[in-house]
Amino acid sequence: MSADEIGPSESVHRGDPVIVDRYTPSARINHWITATCLVLLALSGLALFHPSLFFLTALFGGGQATRAIHPWIGVVLFFSFAGLFLRFWRLNLWKGADTTWLARLREVLGNRDNEDPDLVEIGKYNAGQKVVFWGMTLLIIILIGSGLVIWDQYFADYTTLTQKRLAILLHSGAAVTIICVWIVHVYAAIWVRGTITAMTRGHVTGGWAWRHHRRWLRELVAGRREHHGTKATPAE
Amino acid sequence: MFPPLPNPTVQATLATYGEQDLVRRSASNNPPPARELTKVAKLIDVTKCIGCKACQVACLEWNDMIEQIGVNHGVYDNPLDLTPDSFTVMRFTEWVNPETQNLEFLIRKDGCMHCADPGCLKACPAPGAIVQYSNGIVDFVHENCIGCGYCVKGCPFNIPRISKVDNKAYKCTLCSDRVAVGQGPACQKACPTQAIVFGTKEEMKGWADARIKDLKSRGFQNAGLYDPPGVGGTHVMYVLHHADKPEIYAGLPNNPRISPIVELWKGAAKYAGLAVMGAFAAVGVLHHLVMGPNRVTGEDEQHAKKLAERQS
Repeated sequence: MSADEIGPSESVHRGDPVIVDRYTPSARINHWITATCLVLLALSGLALFHPSLFFLTALFGGGQATRAIHPWIGVVLFFSFAGLFLRFWRLNLWKGADTTWLARLREVLGNRDNEDPDLVEIGKYNAGQKVVFWGMTLLIIILIGSGLVIWDQYFADYTTLTQKRLAILLHSGAAVTIICVWIVHVYAAIWVRGTITAMTRGHVTGGWAWRHHRRWLRELVAGRREHHGTKATPAE
Repeated sequence: MFPPLPNPTVQATLATYGEQDLVRRSASNNPPPARELTKVAKLIDVTKCIGCKACQVACLEWNDMIEQIGVNHGVYDNPLDLTPDSFTVMRFTEWVNPETQNLEFLIRKDGCMHCADPGCLKACPAPGAIVQYSNGIVDFVHENCIGCGYCVKGCPFNIPRISKVDNKAYKCTLCSDRVAVGQGPACQKACPTQAIVFGTKEEMKGWADARIKDLKSRGFQNAGLYDPPGVGGTHVMYVLHHADKPEIYAGLPNNPRISPIVELWKGAAKYAGLAVMGAFAAVGVLHHLVMGPNRVTGEDEQHAKKLAERQS
């Protein structure tokens, strides 16, 4: 294993319980800007997606305002997510072990207390989190691309009607998919208790790390950051 | 000559139809109207058009709009395309008839066709921004328009235009306000050759038949009526000398229909999308109810503590 299994400025604070740093303040601010944009985009987008949800335009000051502001929020989200991408992409690279974990998702979802190393010896991110990360990345690229094509106020003249029709269908489909990915993301954070403090206070308990990301904990404890870049053996 | 509509009285007249006569209202469930109005239609006889643009002027005049001063592009079309202010535009085509080698000057008055199955209305997400009256007129209600441009994508004829001034969609109203007080559209009123006539849809089809018979007797074997069934027929129809190839008239679509992409987006995708998102949320709730939360145990904390201390 290489040192890229742990992120920057993460350390273990001994105590009862043990406290493990997971996200820096700037990563958290970056995350919450992105999250706020995503929620606002979902609400304003859904308002125009189905007539039964048109009432949501009231949250943005009416239909005209919703139509005008939605693409701008999208631009903010794109750049904000780009920040998250640069922070997290390396730790989300797919490994052989992730395929094994994903194949045994049923056991993970079944809350089975399993001491199988395939399921517990996990780095900073498990395969589920990596799927969410890459899913969000791909979908945001599709959404910003198709979104620009249908941003008629500024870009109407650059594409044909057929391209705009395809773009709007793609935009709707990608939007539905990203909302589903978002549901998975939020639900996982709620279901796995002790997760949310990672993004609010920036840290988790040692027990949480032991239970869900044991390899990450082991590497942090072994002080892998000091050996950053060296070809050390695994910390176990 | 088609008998012209009488001039209106100078007294104010009440509208003979209104909101109670809507058969469709965008993004809303519209109760079926109590009565059905007689279907109206405008017939544009391309073969009688002299390209004077009186219709364009009358349209601007009646709708109280001022088009920007344009530039000469070397063609008669002015403006070059429909705009939020020009609901109608004469499109000029120089076409060499391959059979006769004659140069034919084709002039088509472009504008909203008032489809029986309007793609703009189907695509519109704003409740009540696009309405269809039982007489066949499709109209935009600007106070409800949000300027999203979905109508532009829904329209098989590429008609609506979004204003850069107020971000609302504009197109021909078929002079719904004039029709409601027994008048014909302004363009029809202004047409000096009766290339534009207005009446009930049945009358217009009958008038077109007579015109087509006349054209055929004069050698236009393919003369015919353009009332495309792909959009359920239209309430603006053309008499064409070459009805077998409408596309020669500045790209009039041969078999227009609402794009299957738009049908998919506004049909299956809308319902499937809501269902899938609902299903994801429901599975989450159900999983939590059945499996309960995944909690960190005291044992986990002890393990972590031991690990942290061992390494120090």
